[in-house]
Amino acid sequence: MEVATLLSQVEGFMYPNEVELQWSVLIVLYPFITGLVAGAFILASLERVFKVEEVRPTYRLALLTALAFLLVAPLPLQLHLGHPERSFEMYLTPHTTSAMAMFGFVYLWYLMAVLVVEIWLDYRRDIVLQARSQTGALRFIYRAMALGSDNISPRSLEIDDRVGRFVTIVGIPSAFLLHGYVGFIFGSVKANPWWSTPMMPVVFLFSAMVSGIALVLLLYMLVSWVRRTAIDMRCLDTVARYLFYAFLIDFSLELLDLVHRIYEADESFKSLDFMVKTRLFGSQILLQIIVGTLVPLGLLALAQLVRLGDRARKALYAVAGVLTLIGIFAMRWNVVIGGQLFSKSFLGYTVYKMGFATREGLLPAILLMVLPFVILALLIRLLPPWPEPAPPRDPA
Amino acid sequence: MSHRFKDFEHLLRMAAMFAVGLGLFAVARGLLVPEDFGVWGHYRAGALDDNRQRPLVHAGAAACGECHDDVAASRAGGGHETIRCEACHGPLARHAAEPSDQAPALPDGGTICLRCHLPAMAKPAGFSQVEPDDHAGGEPCDVCHAAHAPRLEGT
Amino acid sequence: MPTDRREFLIGSGRVLLIASGAAAGALKWVLAGAPEQAPGYDVEGHWWAMAIDIGRCIGCGNCVRACKAENDVPLEPLYFRTWVERYQLPEGDTDRPHVDSPNGGYDGFPERDEPGAGSKDFFVPKLCNQCAHSPCVQVCPVGATFVSPDGVVLVDTTYCLGCRYCVQACPYGSRFIDPRSQTVDKCTLCYHRITRGLTTACCEVCPTGARALGDLKNPSDPIHGFLREHAVHVLKPQMATGAKVFYAGLDGSVR
Repeated sequence: MEVATLLSQVEGFMYPNEVELQWSVLIVLYPFITGLVAGAFILASLERVFKVEEVRPTYRLALLTALAFLLVAPLPLQLHLGHPERSFEMYLTPHTTSAMAMFGFVYLWYLMAVLVVEIWLDYRRDIVLQARSQTGALRFIYRAMALGSDNISPRSLEIDDRVGRFVTIVGIPSAFLLHGYVGFIFGSVKANPWWSTPMMPVVFLFSAMVSGIALVLLLYMLVSWVRRTAIDMRCLDTVARYLFYAFLIDFSLELLDLVHRIYEADESFKSLDFMVKTRLFGSQILLQIIVGTLVPLGLLALAQLVRLGDRARKALYAVAGVLTLIGIFAMRWNVVIGGQLFSKSFLGYTVYKMGFATREGLLPAILLMVLPFVILALLIRLLPPWPEPAPPRDPA
Repeated sequence: MSHRFKDFEHLLRMAAMFAVGLGLFAVARGLLVPEDFGVWGHYRAGALDDNRQRPLVHAGAAACGECHDDVAASRAGGGHETIRCEACHGPLARHAAEPSDQAPALPDGGTICLRCHLPAMAKPAGFSQVEPDDHAGGEPCDVCHAAHAPRLEGT
Repeated sequence: MPTDRREFLIGSGRVLLIASGAAAGALKWVLAGAPEQAPGYDVEGHWWAMAIDIGRCIGCGNCVRACKAENDVPLEPLYFRTWVERYQLPEGDTDRPHVDSPNGGYDGFPERDEPGAGSKDFFVPKLCNQCAHSPCVQVCPVGATFVSPDGVVLVDTTYCLGCRYCVQACPYGSRFIDPRSQTVDKCTLCYHRITRGLTTACCEVCPTGARALGDLKNPSDPIHGFLREHAVHVLKPQMATGAKVFYAGLDGSVR
């Protein structure tokens, strides 16, 4: 954006170096994507660890969704870095006082030691069967995925199941760590009063769970519609019920943060309050709070309290799910962008002008949000989440 | 392969893959981390030298005095003795290094004074501020004041 | 007997030759390490700080111009290693000062019409506070920014990823991304000058002595007197950053 235009839109006083925003929409995408991962995984672990049988139909879909999004998660960061070719330095010389550096290891741990292992253990039987029955390049792919092993005896599958359960148990705090850490990256910045609160990791985590559960809910409905199979309503109702609970907690936490700020009214309050009522009004009041939280909460509450037919509930869940995702995205936007719109002198405001076809513009953001669905489609082809109707030719 | 391991042999293969990965990481780390990293703290010690190597743009008043030793005497008691040369004459490291090469243009004696002495509310009250129109009928400053020793006789 | 003596002389002559060659080499090696021939700066012998006297700043902008020239800072009004702010407080109101910093003070300050009778006005030069407990250093993921052993917060531009976390973490707005190198830049206290016995560019050109470099480890440095004789403040003391830029006469309204 033209420097003169940018400066002319500054209101009040900002330290000269603050006028141009440092973190763009790509940094908004990043917590949104990792949040979806954590939420989808928590939903999957509901069945595996907490024995919530009803959500079994979404188990594998949730895992694949988590993987698809986790693979895309580093990409907005790489696009944002001034020197992405140096990003490996975070693994070579991580600064242990930096939440960002330690997060690199949390990410790697979660991807390799939790998600990939869990998916592998759950799918191993199918992978080996495919390796036996496929030909050509696909056969090679499946054999590679099976690590060359051909053993799917009942004993080996039983071992897989027990190890898998252990991995999921370890995976739950790992998922909490994955997204809680992102919250801590913001929450530990004492220079920024919009970010600096011990509640940030907790708020991020619960909003992550909300977004992840909503995503799997929508995907399950979409995939069933594409495959023309019946939706298991008991499953859908249970997922929606957990979405409602998570949302209630998330809403309470954010409300608490708001009330606390208003009550204590510290030096930053007037500046932040003004910002919310003006520059952030659309994205915070309208989009995040009303459209993205109160309306879906109301719809979900309605489904819990009033007896509605299957079709009505499906429509309700679909609308609530979409609005939820919009609302959680808006929340990330308001944290990241909102936190940079006001001056640390508390005397002024700047603007964020998002480019379109620039390195950190809207176009790459859209493409990065589409990419996980493409990957997910591939994963679904390669590792179908649903059991095949007929047993395979060569049982164990 | 031993019968005992048959049923979790695949897990051993996976563990082996992880071990190989960790090994490769250790090797990469040994090769890629700069040697002087961590000497003084969590940074590359060579960065201290990098920061030291910048070229000078301002010479510093001591360098000016090496050749222009007469100026110091002429400034004594004139009111501007504590101001260093480059405050008005601009960056002069290149000239100090090679005096013949670049004879720097002298600042305009009629306008440079205003940079400091033009009146403004935020300037400290004790600092001499002069509105040229009221003070000298719009005459350039150097008509009456020598820039190096601006204090006039009897003031 | 003569053979023995000859052999002895020849043998000891050889030994002497070798020994003197070795001794010469050793002497040269020792001399190379001697202080007079080594780069003369003891990095652990200094603890750099800066003293700023608000009562002397006239807002001429010399420091801003000199810094940009000395350190090759981009000239756009978005990038400053140092800048000057003008505060104008309406009578009796410290809550909402009118603050401006047109192009960081690079071209001085155009006079604002009618700041109002009874207003309190002054200039505040700002720069990196060279924090001893720097939050920007704390958050750097790779060790590309650090506090040097002599107390200057520096950047390793060959190592910086350009993630901008440090820019977010600085409470004072002292850091920026150089658009040309896409790495972070900030006031280095003219490290290339102070390690050569010169003062910083901004202090060199300040006409009133409002800015003065200080070495807290040097017992005869004027900064000790400055700290003793004035009521001294640092910016945002509640952040406990260990800031080492000390302001004398800093008004309570300064952010």
